[in-house]
Amino acid sequence: MSNLPEPVDFDLAGGDRRSLNRSLHALAGDGAGARWNIRNPGGRHALCVGMAAEAELAIHGHVGYYCAGMNRSANIVIHGNAGPGVAENMMSGSVRVKGNASQSAGASGRGGLLVIEGNASARCGISMKGIDIVVAGSVGHMSAFMAQAGHLVVCGEAGADLGDSIYEAVLYVRGPVASLGADCVEKEMTDAHRERVGGLLAAAGVEADPGSFRRYGSARRLYNFNVDRADEY
Amino acid sequence: MSGAPPDRRWLRASASFPAPVIAEIHRAADEGVYDIRGFGAKRHLPTFDDLLLLGASMSRYPLEGYRERCETSVTIGTRFARRPLELAIPITIAGMSFGALGANAKRAIGMAASAMGTSTTTGDGGMSPEEREASKLLVYQVLPSRYGLDPDHLRACDAIEVVVGQGAKPGGGGMLLGQKITERIAGMRDLPVGIDQRSACRHPDWTGPDDLEIKIQELREITDWELPVYVKVGAARVGFDVALAVKAGADAVVVDGMQGGTAATQDIFIEHAGVPTLPAVRQAVEALQELGMHRKVQLIVSGGIRHGADVAKALALGADAVSLGTASLIALGCNRPDYVEDYHALGTEPGFCHHCHTGRCPVGITTQDADLETRLHPEQGARRLRNYLTTMTLELQTLARACGKSHVLNLEPEDLAAVTVEAAAMAQVPLAGTNWIPGR
Ligand code: SF4
Repeated sequence: MSNLPEPVDFDLAGGDRRSLNRSLHALAGDGAGARWNIRNPGGRHALCVGMAAEAELAIHGHVGYYCAGMNRSANIVIHGNAGPGVAENMMSGSVRVKGNASQSAGASGRGGLLVIEGNASARCGISMKGIDIVVAGSVGHMSAFMAQAGHLVVCGEAGADLGDSIYEAVLYVRGPVASLGADCVEKEMTDAHRERVGGLLAAAGVEADPGSFRRYGSARRLYNFNVDRADEY
Repeated sequence: MSGAPPDRRWLRASASFPAPVIAEIHRAADEGVYDIRGFGAKRHLPTFDDLLLLGASMSRYPLEGYRERCETSVTIGTRFARRPLELAIPITIAGMSFGALGANAKRAIGMAASAMGTSTTTGDGGMSPEEREASKLLVYQVLPSRYGLDPDHLRACDAIEVVVGQGAKPGGGGMLLGQKITERIAGMRDLPVGIDQRSACRHPDWTGPDDLEIKIQELREITDWELPVYVKVGAARVGFDVALAVKAGADAVVVDGMQGGTAATQDIFIEHAGVPTLPAVRQAVEALQELGMHRKVQLIVSGGIRHGADVAKALALGADAVSLGTASLIALGCNRPDYVEDYHALGTEPGFCHHCHTGRCPVGITTQDADLETRLHPEQGARRLRNYLTTMTLELQTLARACGKSHVLNLEPEDLAAVTVEAAAMAQVPLAGTNWIPGR
């Protein structure tokens, strides 16, 4: 017999977002291990935001803006597509999107793991601050804009201006990159980096050869204002 | 040829190229880069000085100064929040980052605001424990950079302020220069030590009012609809921006006029972008009135507020409260004639300093240098700021009583006259001695 608690079933067709989020917030403290199935999300915005418990949440369907925003500790699986800003400002835990994600996925995330099994639209990982993001498909333009810390692994292609104004985040892309943004350059892919990519792919449960990725990061030319580089700002 | 100085009677300065303009062109030619500085606009602008309060006489009765009460309390966030902010005075402290300001300054501000029963505000870079501990009512800013944004801090604050823009640089991002980035500041912002920290001008996960509405819903959901959500805009297209903030679901709108200060921005931006606070208040009030939301969505005005008369005039035009940035730092000791040799080392004088961006603040306010910081004792700073806020409140009450008001929020445009045609047009109050309001 398993000691796991019975999963709670919450149907958004018959309930509302407020009561769902309120109930999930009540898990903070002693809700570790709780399992919830959330049905009929119907593209609603701000579902499962502000989690602060090590709960396991499964959302069955498509979600709107900011699903799992500011997540701390919870492991959230979205069995569908996600609207803009999925897992924005995540602190820890994990969020998995089984479908595609709209723009600004993982924006300003400070920790945890975001996995997108499909494609991610523009600005994936914008302003990321420590989060790890693994995208099995491709990412749109301006991804990792002003990315400060963390890793973005893209198994497909990257759109224009990847890593524009990037700080210390590390980008690994397997397919072609349309163009690199200001101050973003290709860097050597060492064994240590292949190992890191392997670890991130394994954690994400995504199959790809770590040896087939290229690495991109900051040239650090914009770190202190220099008039001779003013046209790059 | 004689080397004698010229006869000064025949020296004629150019109106288009006066000495400061010539000096700036020389500087730009030498350095090839724009000037970045702190403080706010230094140019002459129409201000609340161009308005006068009409005291009572026969047609209205004044209240007795020392016997009749004149209330000052104000509630912010009555629209949706379950826990609106109850302020004892309509004077709050604006957002200033820990990073731009040192920890002692943040603590002093928190202590003074708490003693006065009013709120203070975090800034770019997040919430420091010192600040939370010292501040009874703390407004937590959500800025485009999202530096240090933490859901635990969101839950621990008393109100949330979504910053769309700032009066000193509407439409512009920010820059905390590398010289101010210590290990602690860098850690809070997830960046390396000693590099320039650029702040974006747009939020990373929303653009436009429709997205903002959803963003505000998210913030409310995270905080279980307990806290007021403010939206702060830099004064530019004020009428539209205020209306859109209301539509997006704000409990309160903060309008920051172009006299608002900054820790570091291009001088050209500070002096040439935005709209002065005076017309911005009126435009914001009109927008709220058109929507039937005046006094339902509270209006907080900032940018160059200096004394109780400024507060009284802003309230008379329809604001619910004001917010102080630069003036609160001056009360702490900014530009005070102490450590004069250190002002000189920065190439300035007390009274002229705008060198917050250097990190070498002579009086220990806008610095992260441990030695300089000791020059500001939190208790002493708090005492000064408290005295200043007390003085402002007394001034405000004095003027409100003289206008016959038992609550400062009862001040109204009819209590005002303008001394310049410009101010009459901007504030839409009559030119003094006439019934004429330009444009009507
Ligand atoms: S005295 Fe300090 S706070 Fe005031 S303008 Fe100078 S550097 Fe800034």
